[in-house]
This record gives sequence, C-alpha cells and structure tokens, in this order.
Amino acid sequence: MRRRARHLAALAALAVALPLAACGADDGTPRLTWYINPDNGGQVELASRCTQAAEGRYRITTEVLPRDAASQREQLARRLAAKDSSIDIMSLDPPFIPELSEPGFLAPIPDDVAEQVTTDVVQGAIDGATWKDRLVAIPFWANTQLLWYRKSVAQAAGLDPSSTPVTWQQVMDAAADQDKFLGVQGAKAESLTVWINALVESAGGHVLENPEAPADELRLGLESDAGRAAAQIIGTIGREGLGGPGLPTADENATMSVFQRDRGSFMVNWPFVWSATNAAVDDGTLPASLVDDIGWAMYPQVDEGTDARPPYGGINLGIGAFSRHVDLALEAAQCIVTPENQAWYFATNGNPPSSTKAYDDPDVQEAFPMADVIRDSLEQAAPRPQTPYYNEVSTGLQETWHPPASVDPDTTPRDSTDFITAVLRGEALL
Amino acid sequence: MSTPTGGRGRGRSDRARDEARLGWWLAGPAFVVMLAVTVYPILQAFFDSLFSYRLTAPGDKAFNGGRNYVVVLSDPVFWRAFLVTLVITLVTVLVEVILGFFLALVMHRAIRSLRGVLRTAILVPYGIITVVSAFAWFYAFDISSGFVNHWFDWVPGIDADLNWFAHQGTSLFVIMASEIWKTTPFISLLLLAGLSQVPGELEEAAQVDGATWAQRLQRVVLPNMRAAIMVAVLFRALDAFRIFDNVFIMTNGANGTTVLSLLAYRTSIGRLEIGLGSAISVLLFLCVIGICFVAIKLFKVDLASARGEA
Repeated sequence: MRRRARHLAALAALAVALPLAACGADDGTPRLTWYINPDNGGQVELASRCTQAAEGRYRITTEVLPRDAASQREQLARRLAAKDSSIDIMSLDPPFIPELSEPGFLAPIPDDVAEQVTTDVVQGAIDGATWKDRLVAIPFWANTQLLWYRKSVAQAAGLDPSSTPVTWQQVMDAAADQDKFLGVQGAKAESLTVWINALVESAGGHVLENPEAPADELRLGLESDAGRAAAQIIGTIGREGLGGPGLPTADENATMSVFQRDRGSFMVNWPFVWSATNAAVDDGTLPASLVDDIGWAMYPQVDEGTDARPPYGGINLGIGAFSRHVDLALEAAQCIVTPENQAWYFATNGNPPSSTKAYDDPDVQEAFPMADVIRDSLEQAAPRPQTPYYNEVSTGLQETWHPPASVDPDTTPRDSTDFITAVLRGEALL
Repeated sequence: MSTPTGGRGRGRSDRARDEARLGWWLAGPAFVVMLAVTVYPILQAFFDSLFSYRLTAPGDKAFNGGRNYVVVLSDPVFWRAFLVTLVITLVTVLVEVILGFFLALVMHRAIRSLRGVLRTAILVPYGIITVVSAFAWFYAFDISSGFVNHWFDWVPGIDADLNWFAHQGTSLFVIMASEIWKTTPFISLLLLAGLSQVPGELEEAAQVDGATWAQRLQRVVLPNMRAAIMVAVLFRALDAFRIFDNVFIMTNGANGTTVLSLLAYRTSIGRLEIGLGSAISVLLFLCVIGICFVAIKLFKVDLASARGEA
C-alpha cells in the first residue's frame, strides 16, 4: 500500500511539474513548429533529440498532418497561401515540392547549407528536393519500391530475382501459370500514379516531357512506345485478373495482405511491408514460416536488360517562407537529418535514409537485411513528374488509367494525354 | 404572433412597438451572425467564381467574366456528377419516406410501454457520425476485410470475388444503402410528429362512415400530414443533394460515383482552383435553392402554417 501511495505521489508531482516545465521553456526560447506526416512516433523523438542538442537555442514542437499525402498537401498549401507564420519546418512529400516552391512558399536554402545536406545523399533524394536547378528542401528520408516475392513461387517458375533482375512479363507469366495473384496497386489513388510513372520511366519514357513549363505548354510523353508498354502491362494484369478481384481497389496495405495470403506471389511495394509482416508474425496473426519464404530484389524491368527505374518517395524537409525563425529552422532541419538520426529513424520506424552513410549503421543492417538493395534502388529511382501542376497530372492519370482492366495500349495513352492537356489549359474539370 | 386583446388604443400600439423591438433585440444577434456566416461566404464564392484564381499562383489572379461557368456547364464531368447526385437524391428520399412512414406508423401504433424503447432503438443510426458509419459500411463490404460477401454468398450475383467498390452500380448501391440506413430514422421521427397531429376524431368519423384502412390513410391521414411530409422530404432532399462523406470515404469518386459536392471539393480544395471550384459551389447552391422552390410549390404548404402559426 505504501509503495502504491508513493507511486501516486510521484505521479502527482510529475503532473504538477510537467506543465510548469513547459511554461518555463516558453520564456525566451524560440519555438519551432514542425508539421510532420503521421509515423510511428519517430519524428516526435527526433524533435526532442534536436531540442536537447540545441541546448536552449530553440525548441521543436510537432504538429501532425493528415494521413494521406494529398490531404497533407491540401492543408499545407492552404496555410501557406494564408502566410501562416507558425509553419517553421514541414515534412513534404517530394511530388508536391515544386508546387509549394514556385509561389515562394518555401524559404530558400543557402548555398552552404545546400552543399552540406547533399553530401553523401542518394541521387533520387537530391532530385526530389530540387526545383529549377536549386535545392529547395532538405533531403530527409527516401523511399523506394522493391520487388517482394515468395521464394516458393519464384522457384517453381524457375526465377531467381535476387541474382538476375526479372521482367514484368516473367512475373506475369509466373502468376498466371501457378494461378497466383500479383501484388500491384490498382486503386484509384496516388499509388496508381506511382506505378504508371515507374513503368513509363523503366521503359525509357517520361510522363511529362517538359515538367518545368507553364501549365498550358506542358507536353505529355505518354503517346510513345514507353507509354504504350506501360499500358500493355497494366491492362493485361487488369483484364487477365492477375491482380485478383481486389485489384481495382488495392492500395499498398491491401496489396500487402494479398501477398501474405496463400495466393501471394510477387509484389511491388515499399519497405514498410517488411516491418509490418514481421510485426504481424510476432503478434501471431501470420505464421512464422511466411517470413522465411519472402525474398526481395530490384523492381522488375519492362525491357529485358534495361535497368528499371523504381518509384521514389519519402519525405524532405521544407522551411516555411513565413516563419519568424528561418535561420533556426534551417539549423534544426540540419540536426534532424544527420546520418545518425536517419539511421535511428530507419531502424525503428522503417523509413529508409537518404544519406548513404546511414546504411552502414549496424542497427540498420540488422533490422533491414535488404538495406543494400534499397540503397541501390534509390540510386536508380526516378521521381514522379516535378511540376507545380503535379496534382492535375496525377489525378488526370488516375481518372484515365482506372480501372486497370480498362487500360488499352491503343487508346489509353492518347485519351489521358488529351484529357490532362485540356485540364491543364483550364478547359475541362477533373 | 397573437395580438393582445383589450386595453386602450394608444397603449396597445406602444406595447406592440415594444414587443416588436424586443423581438428584434432577441433575434437580432442571431440574425447578424447568420448573415456573417452564410451571406458573406456566398457572396465571396460568387465573387471568386468570376476569376481565374489558383491558390498557389496568387499573382496570376485575373477576372475572366463567366468563363468558369462556361467551362463547368459545357463539361460532361459536371453533368455526370449532377446526374449521379440526382439519382442518389431521388432514390434515397423515396425509399426513406416509404420506410420512414412505415416506421412512424409502427411507433405510433405501438403499445405505449414499448414506444420509448422503440423510438430510441430506431434513432441509433441517426446518432452515429456519418464518417464513422461510412467507414463501418465500407469495411463491411470491402473485399479484403468485409463480411458481406461471406454472409450473403447465397444471393445470386454475390460471391467471395465480388468487389463492391469496383463497379458503378454496386458502389452506388452501398452508398445509398448506408445513406438510407442512417437517415430513415430522422424522416420517421418527423413523420411521427405529423401522425400525432392528425385529429383522432377525424379518423373515428371516417371509420364510422365505413371507410376502409386504406381509404382512411389516403383521404384523412395523409392530407392532414402534408406539412410534415413536406418538411421531411425537403430536409432530406437538401441533405441528400449535398451528399459528401459516404462517397468521399467509400470510393472517393472512382467508377463514376463523383457527386457535385465532391467535384466542388476536388476542384477548390484538391486542385486549389478557387475560381473554378467556386463556380461549381455556386451552381450547387442554385440547385439547392431550386429544390426548395419546387418542394414548396409542389406541396403548396406555407412553412409557417406547418408550425401552427397560420
């Protein structure tokens, strides 16, 4: 009883002391607000680590943005358009960086800082943080999709993706022969754009030929062999039911659960599936044997022998142009992205670093045995079209390339080109 | 308002004036607040709708007359969304009124001791937040986590491989079903209020005259409930026409399920095209006004009289 009373007293003391401490810190110490995307608590921890490292020069507090990237962009764009000075640092999804940078919503990154934060950083992440040849955001973590496969299925098909890169055709044939489902994202969402872009880029094309042009001069590159090759793959998977009945509504999570079940075969997905599957095995919801059956390799090729251009995602840190403490925010952002912090973030939250050094961390190698494949994939990765009109392009693609079964190499590339061009000229609604 | 009787002529007009003034004092603040939160945004939206204005390119804002309206009204996307919204409104309101009337009759005739419990039970769906109910219905029908395909696989056309949210018809079915499930209680309550206003002696008189149950319903009960039915239909039609949550969560407009509210949201919030989006919002507002107008003309009811203030 006495022990319990003492615990209670300690709790009560804490309850009184904590708010007091919070009040005390408000005096004089500049407060930086970091708008973060939801994660497993890693960014909150990084904020407190950097607050400690700053030794009283600044204090970082976090604000959580909505779950999906599109809503995060909506909220940030609305706030920045209203010149919100409370946004000091923000976690930005790379495709939306040009849109926020073009009207001057992001504070410029000084050259010395730019040089420092791009040293030993994977090329994909630098490209994703650059707009009109200037670094406009600080590379934080970088994501890429791998080809995940069930070793049993690959073996039965006579494939070894980990040693020789496989092609989409081989993967589709293997799934068809063994009556299994492919894990691809066919839902009408951003993940569909990710897939289309990776296929077009892997086939040597680009969704946008001149991404830096103004809206009415943008040219699409879909009416090309690369665009038709992408449409061929998506249409075939859709029409032949290779993605299973859930394909038209499959996002990354739905794809993962198809892959984990009996008819799982090959899947393209982000590395979070590895930690999620392991967590499910630890919880006992999935059999332990499943983990041993999972292999990983580079994203599939479209043309045999030509390196694939895997999707690139992740988060870069933007500095709010209307922040009252731009210099401190830059300093804090540099603290957040140190290789040690990135390595810790990867090992605990499963988000791969943009810093190449962070991959050598022993904790990283232990938690993610595929870390080296991820780093190689990031070096080859192709960003989605970098244009201030990304939302129009992406939604326009989703509008015309969904459902996957309706995609036809003879018509879809032309239809989507006409549609997106009309939308960009302000002649059509999305 | 009733006029006080008696008193001297001079005093009465003083009192009437005081009463009117008190009325303004009481209603004034609410009236001002209402103007601020409704009229101002409506005017602002109308103003914005005349510009080519993108939130991320504030410098390029330019007056373009009615071009936004021309673009919207000449685009099949708008008309498809309009048609889908109209279908959802008509089907859900019709089903809700019939179901709601039936539920109201059950509640009206139920044994007194059961009435309270029944009313509470019927009201439960209405108390659930729309977003929550939309998620519940979504997960129930979802192909990877849903149970509907397993429970109803004996129904022709339903099997484990049916992806409800991959086709227009099935998506709309789930959207409308969840809408009906959620708002029928509201209609039934309004209709119950109407039912209890039908004078009992009229029904008795009709019964004595030998009218059958159907005749009594058609000639006595329904005409006396006209105001209540109109209020129910009007409120629900306005709500249904502005449907957003269910569609946003279940399909986000995929497979031809885009409704007008979603289109307005996608244009002004998603694309940040404030001008074009405002034009859609203004058109949506005009549609809603149109529904009010038609409903009031159709039922020939003075709303004030429905509150017993003839």
